[in-house]
Amino acid sequence: MATEKKHFNIMNHKLVPFHMIISEKEREELLKKYNIEPNRLPKILDTDPVSIYIGAKPGQILKIIRESHTAKEAVSYRLVVESNK
Amino acid sequence: MERARSVTKKIGKIEFSLLSPNEIRKMSATKVITADTYDDDGFPIAMGLMDPRLGVIEPGLRCKTCGQRVGKDKCPGHFGHIDLAMPVIHVGLIKTIRNCLRSTCRECGHLLLTDKQREEYFKELKRYNQEGRNTTYLLKQVIKDCVKAEKCTRCGREVGKIELDKPTSLRENGKKLTPSEVREWLEKIPDEALPLLDINKKSARPEWMILTVLPVPSVAVRPSVTLQSGERSEDDLTHKLVDVIRINQRLQENRDAGAPQLIVEDLWELLQYHITTYLDNQTSGIPPARHRSGRPLKTLAQRLKGKEGRFRSNLSGKRVNFSARTVISPDPNLSINELGVPIRMAEELTVPVKVTSHNIDWCKQMIKQKYLGSDDHAEYIPGVNYVVRETDGMRRRIKVTEKNAEDVAEKLEIGSSIERQLMNGDIALFNRQPSLHRMSMMAHRVKVVPDKTFRFNLCVCPPYNADFDGDEMNLHLIQGEEAKAEAEILMKVQENILSPRFGGAIIGGIHDHISGCFLLTHKDRKIPLDDASHILAAINYDGKNFKTFTEDGKKYISGKDVFSTLLPKSLNLEYKAKACFNCDTCQAPNCPHNAYVIVKNGVLKQGIIDENGIGAFKGKILDRIIRDHGMDAGREFIDNFTKLAIASITLFGFTTSIDDEDIPDEAKKQIAEGIGKALKKISGLVKAYEAGELESLPGRSLEETLEMEIMKVTGKTRDMAGEIAGSHLGMDNSAVMMAKSGARGSMLNLSQMSGCVGQQAVRGERISRGYQYRTLPHFKRGDLGASAKGFVASCYKSGLSPTEYFFHSMGGREGLVDTAVRTSRSGYMQRRLINALEDVKVENDGTVRHAGGQIIQFIYGEDGIDPTRSMGGNAVDIDRIISDVKEGV
Ligand SMILES: [Mg+2]
Ligand SMILES: [Zn+2]
Ligand SMILES: [Zn+2]
Ligand SMILES: [Zn+2]
Repeated sequence: MATEKKHFNIMNHKLVPFHMIISEKEREELLKKYNIEPNRLPKILDTDPVSIYIGAKPGQILKIIRESHTAKEAVSYRLVVESNK
Repeated sequence: MERARSVTKKIGKIEFSLLSPNEIRKMSATKVITADTYDDDGFPIAMGLMDPRLGVIEPGLRCKTCGQRVGKDKCPGHFGHIDLAMPVIHVGLIKTIRNCLRSTCRECGHLLLTDKQREEYFKELKRYNQEGRNTTYLLKQVIKDCVKAEKCTRCGREVGKIELDKPTSLRENGKKLTPSEVREWLEKIPDEALPLLDINKKSARPEWMILTVLPVPSVAVRPSVTLQSGERSEDDLTHKLVDVIRINQRLQENRDAGAPQLIVEDLWELLQYHITTYLDNQTSGIPPARHRSGRPLKTLAQRLKGKEGRFRSNLSGKRVNFSARTVISPDPNLSINELGVPIRMAEELTVPVKVTSHNIDWCKQMIKQKYLGSDDHAEYIPGVNYVVRETDGMRRRIKVTEKNAEDVAEKLEIGSSIERQLMNGDIALFNRQPSLHRMSMMAHRVKVVPDKTFRFNLCVCPPYNADFDGDEMNLHLIQGEEAKAEAEILMKVQENILSPRFGGAIIGGIHDHISGCFLLTHKDRKIPLDDASHILAAINYDGKNFKTFTEDGKKYISGKDVFSTLLPKSLNLEYKAKACFNCDTCQAPNCPHNAYVIVKNGVLKQGIIDENGIGAFKGKILDRIIRDHGMDAGREFIDNFTKLAIASITLFGFTTSIDDEDIPDEAKKQIAEGIGKALKKISGLVKAYEAGELESLPGRSLEETLEMEIMKVTGKTRDMAGEIAGSHLGMDNSAVMMAKSGARGSMLNLSQMSGCVGQQAVRGERISRGYQYRTLPHFKRGDLGASAKGFVASCYKSGLSPTEYFFHSMGGREGLVDTAVRTSRSGYMQRRLINALEDVKVENDGTVRHAGGQIIQFIYGEDGIDPTRSMGGNAVDIDRIISDVKEGV
């Protein structure tokens, strides 16, 4: 069910920011930079439409880039977690 | 000063469990069997509710269980117990009981699941626990599956339908289950099944949810009070326990005597009622137990719950010392940082001072000086209330009185401390509720003043949202040096001029400050030299002499020059004043209304100083001075312009009265004609609608179209009346001056007073409710005309007709109700937000995290901008940068 492309691509909607699964290297850098365990990050469900769309699996980290009026770009990260069904 | 060592231990987990009947008996100091408390001689009855084995509350008496007294060794109090004649259901656990019954078989007590289902659920549960995930959802699913079963897979018993009649009555297939039957059923549930019922088998058994023994809390929990009349008054819990024991006794007697089943059942229900209300007197579905006076009793749950409960009123919030509260009043002569504190308060509030070799002489003087007898009685002399001496760990507090002052001062030793009275210059926190933002509590410098009210500068009203119609405020005196420093740096009024809400000044000129500056700066005002000296004396002006000019042999100074004395020499600024008419084609630098302000090198070249210059929220000059010259300069500017403005307005004189709203008969006639035309137009619209000739607007029904058209006409009518009235009220009119400068009131207020009040609305529509098909009996049924639907053609000055008055009250009432509803709802929302966010802070690495270390944001606000220092929410003020570059700054 991971990347079942629908006729409407949610990623193109203007309210959906850019999501991306980060690489192993980037992941390590991130955790080192903030000196944290992955579960300290904000979460996103694996059943979230975006997770399903980009095929994110529990344990992976997503990079999210939002447009910001004041900072131009605001980068944040989320840990993919398994939903309780 | 001694400091409690911080405990660096982490709470691993907290577990709640049930007390078994055996545990209750084991911890019980005595069985309670008598409903009476004291005998005729006033001694507690043994095995009664005040049995001395339950602990003591009177000082001197010894507890019969632990032998300790109330005082120093302190008897903690001991539980007793009541053996119930028949089991009773615990209200607080009724939902769990129902779930247990629904998911198990009455015959064999096993879960109503197939072996396969059970195994799968156990496996899943184990996995969830290993992963540390929340099991609530999974366990709900277990119950859902159990309810679906029709037959027990073990013994084949048909499953009955379990229903719950609130609050404590259970039925199986419509037949009532007694608590005894429920208990028997729960006893059958095997230990292995408990994890799937969300019960920890190590700490509880389901049948313990049915009470057979009731613990009786110690007397320390429910102390009795002796009134002045010598009468004893018992705690609500004691009253309730008396009821429980009484009914329990009667139930036992009746059952033992073999009374009819009906009577026993009635008493059993009564016992259930009393125990239910003993636990929670606000259980829905049953009437609350009441005191003889009719007041509902405060039983166990009521002690903990809600705003007056233990948590919110004694644990999250506490009463404090070194605080004071009184009515507030204004004092324009104080600085914004200052606070006038009444002498009588100052003499009561103290600050501890440690006596050292450096200050011992000063301390001695402090102790004595109050009683030395000064000539000046108006002057406040701070004294010392207590001297605290510490010798070999023993603390002795000596009260300083007129008699012993000399003596105490002489005996003062280094290492003691004195509790000195409040002095001018002390730092204190000042607060007004509701404390909706951080500016609701700011630090002020104390100035001791006579009389009985707190006094402060009027500019500080907006952050506290205070006025002087009887508002009271609180003062908290700071006791330690660190706290004093912290308050001074972070909380002083001058540090809070800029609001973190929108990045602009929240403290600035209001009302008369704006009117005063307006009078001083509008229309090239010229001020006779001696008057100007008078005004400048208010700010202790000692700068260079003024450019004066002579007219008719008298020397004059321009008002703008007087105001310019407050401006820093480097100030360059151009902006539109509040008085700007928003002309169709703005002639910017050459505004004919003098509404374009230009400040060059700290001199006001042209324009009016009004709300947009110095006002709270909007003041451009104020904002610029704070940004460029800092908080100190900002405070000085505010202090000075308030004094300058007040001096000016007092000198020039400023009055508004009802005749400010007078307009000539000619104008009145014009307005009446306009209203007449509008009424005709509306009746035309109604006629067209009734004849079916009205064309509906796209997407609207015919009725909606009519309403919209009429609202449009009434709106225009009021504007027309306002314009006509406004054109006859010139800038020489005080009310107009206040409205245009932003000091108080608006042109709409004025046009309603002298023109026409306009359409009244409820829920955004013309008034339509009241009688059948009409709003009031004064109108025909089905009348859709203007006056029948809430159009007020009169003005406030001429007065409203009875029907107009009624409609106006309807609109006014809606406003009142709205605000009442809004405040309570937003208050609750704010409470929830604060509770959720109270532990969130910005860490050293710039991330926003809560106390558990979870990251909330990677940079504060996702842009790292402090809104206090932003320009109205923007990180950079581009216009400012461009104009600075142009001028070559
Ligand atoms: Mg008030
Ligand atoms: Zn004791
Ligand atoms: Zn069975
Ligand atoms: Zn203009």
